[in-house]
Amino acid sequence: MTKTLLTVALALLSTLAFAQEDLMKLLDEEEAKKGKTEYISSTFKGTRVILGHSTKTRKKKELEFLISHRFGRLNSGAHEFFGLDDAFIRLGLEYGVTDDLNIGLGRSSFDKTFDGFIKYKLLKQSKGARNMPVSVAGFTSLAVRSSPRQEDDPSFDFDDRLTYSYQLIIARKFNPNLSLQVAPIFVRRNRVLNRLDERGIFAIGFAGRQKLTKSLAFNVEYYYQVNAVEAVGTHNSLAIGLDIETGGHVFQLHFTNSTMTVERAFVAETFDDFFNGDIHFGFNISRTFQLGSKK
Amino acid sequence: MKRSTFCLLILASMVSLNFAYAQTYKSESGKITFFSDAAIEDIAAENTGATSIFNADNGEIVFSVPITSFDFDKSLMKEHFNEKYMDSEKHPKSTFSGKLTGYTKEDGVHKAKATGKLLIHGVTRDVTMEGTVEFKNGKAFLASTFMVKLEDYKVKIPRLLWQNIAEEVEVKVNFEYKPYAQ
Repeated sequence: MTKTLLTVALALLSTLAFAQEDLMKLLDEEEAKKGKTEYISSTFKGTRVILGHSTKTRKKKELEFLISHRFGRLNSGAHEFFGLDDAFIRLGLEYGVTDDLNIGLGRSSFDKTFDGFIKYKLLKQSKGARNMPVSVAGFTSLAVRSSPRQEDDPSFDFDDRLTYSYQLIIARKFNPNLSLQVAPIFVRRNRVLNRLDERGIFAIGFAGRQKLTKSLAFNVEYYYQVNAVEAVGTHNSLAIGLDIETGGHVFQLHFTNSTMTVERAFVAETFDDFFNGDIHFGFNISRTFQLGSKK
Repeated sequence: MKRSTFCLLILASMVSLNFAYAQTYKSESGKITFFSDAAIEDIAAENTGATSIFNADNGEIVFSVPITSFDFDKSLMKEHFNEKYMDSEKHPKSTFSGKLTGYTKEDGVHKAKATGKLLIHGVTRDVTMEGTVEFKNGKAFLASTFMVKLEDYKVKIPRLLWQNIAEEVEVKVNFEYKPYAQ
């Protein structure tokens, strides 16, 4: 009988112990059972790393106004005020149709080019129930150069003015401070620079972001041309810069050997050599507006 | 095993099961909102992903809030909230564990006080919150409003943004509990 009583007492005690047990553990277990997925955000701060696109998309109903500006070459001398007398500029608008689908329009001073693009986020890096090691975005753009004018150069048909770009952007945020990106791109120009040139240039973009403080990050971007024709004399695009974020603005300051933020220009037609000192100082200013409530 | 022993064991386990579960409640979709009233813009956020367990017998209560589930009016606010203020990747959850006192288990609305540990942004502090508990149709409802001082939890506001964020935010907690079954 003593044994029985002891068993009963033990059974009672164990449940009593349960009641006193840390409820938090129980809650954690319940959470784990439900299996939540946590998405990683802010892999890059801007929709551009520097010149090229990042995996970042504007969220639904967000409108971004983006000014991309590059000065002339630093090594152009004191008379040119070390490049500051020259300007290459692109004004752009980007809009989030959904959280994952962005459309954009831009106008560059480079060959007076108009461009339109679509960017779609295919995969989002996540952990938890759904584990995805990378974020992936697809990007395509069509650019139309309006210079030279038909009357100035009759050899330019409308077809000659077009450039198509296709890019796959793959990025991973390795930790809260470090993000890396690989982005193969194909740029097809209907009219090339000269007879030797390839119409289609295939390049691979490499980019990285290292956060320095909460509002400051260091970025590097390099576009390696795989099939560039040496005789044409183009160079790979290299850019290094800082992101400064203040609320709805992102300021990006950088040094690069490319002048323009349009794919044809920096991927396929960069003629300046970074290591020869042909470096341009530049900045991107982005302002994001929320058009209407998210819901 | 003797039959009497067996019966006793069954009885005992039934009693103890009752004891352990009958007055334990669980909530899977608590609503946490906060409001920051500052010079330039008011910021409000809502989170419906909070979970809680409440033992009405001894007043023990815990809740857990996934920080990235706070939704704001502007997407950028959510991004800044997670990346700049809350470091959500480092501190994904905010929790409270403590004891609720001053209520009775009868149906109706009762004033209650919760004392315990509140964890926000990796910082744990002893807090006391006031609110109400309601028992109705076998369910329990909990509501509380309290102020959280950002400084207390080492939530730093970047200097460029200080005008946009209040130093103290008002937090509202609402849970609807159902009896807990495992």
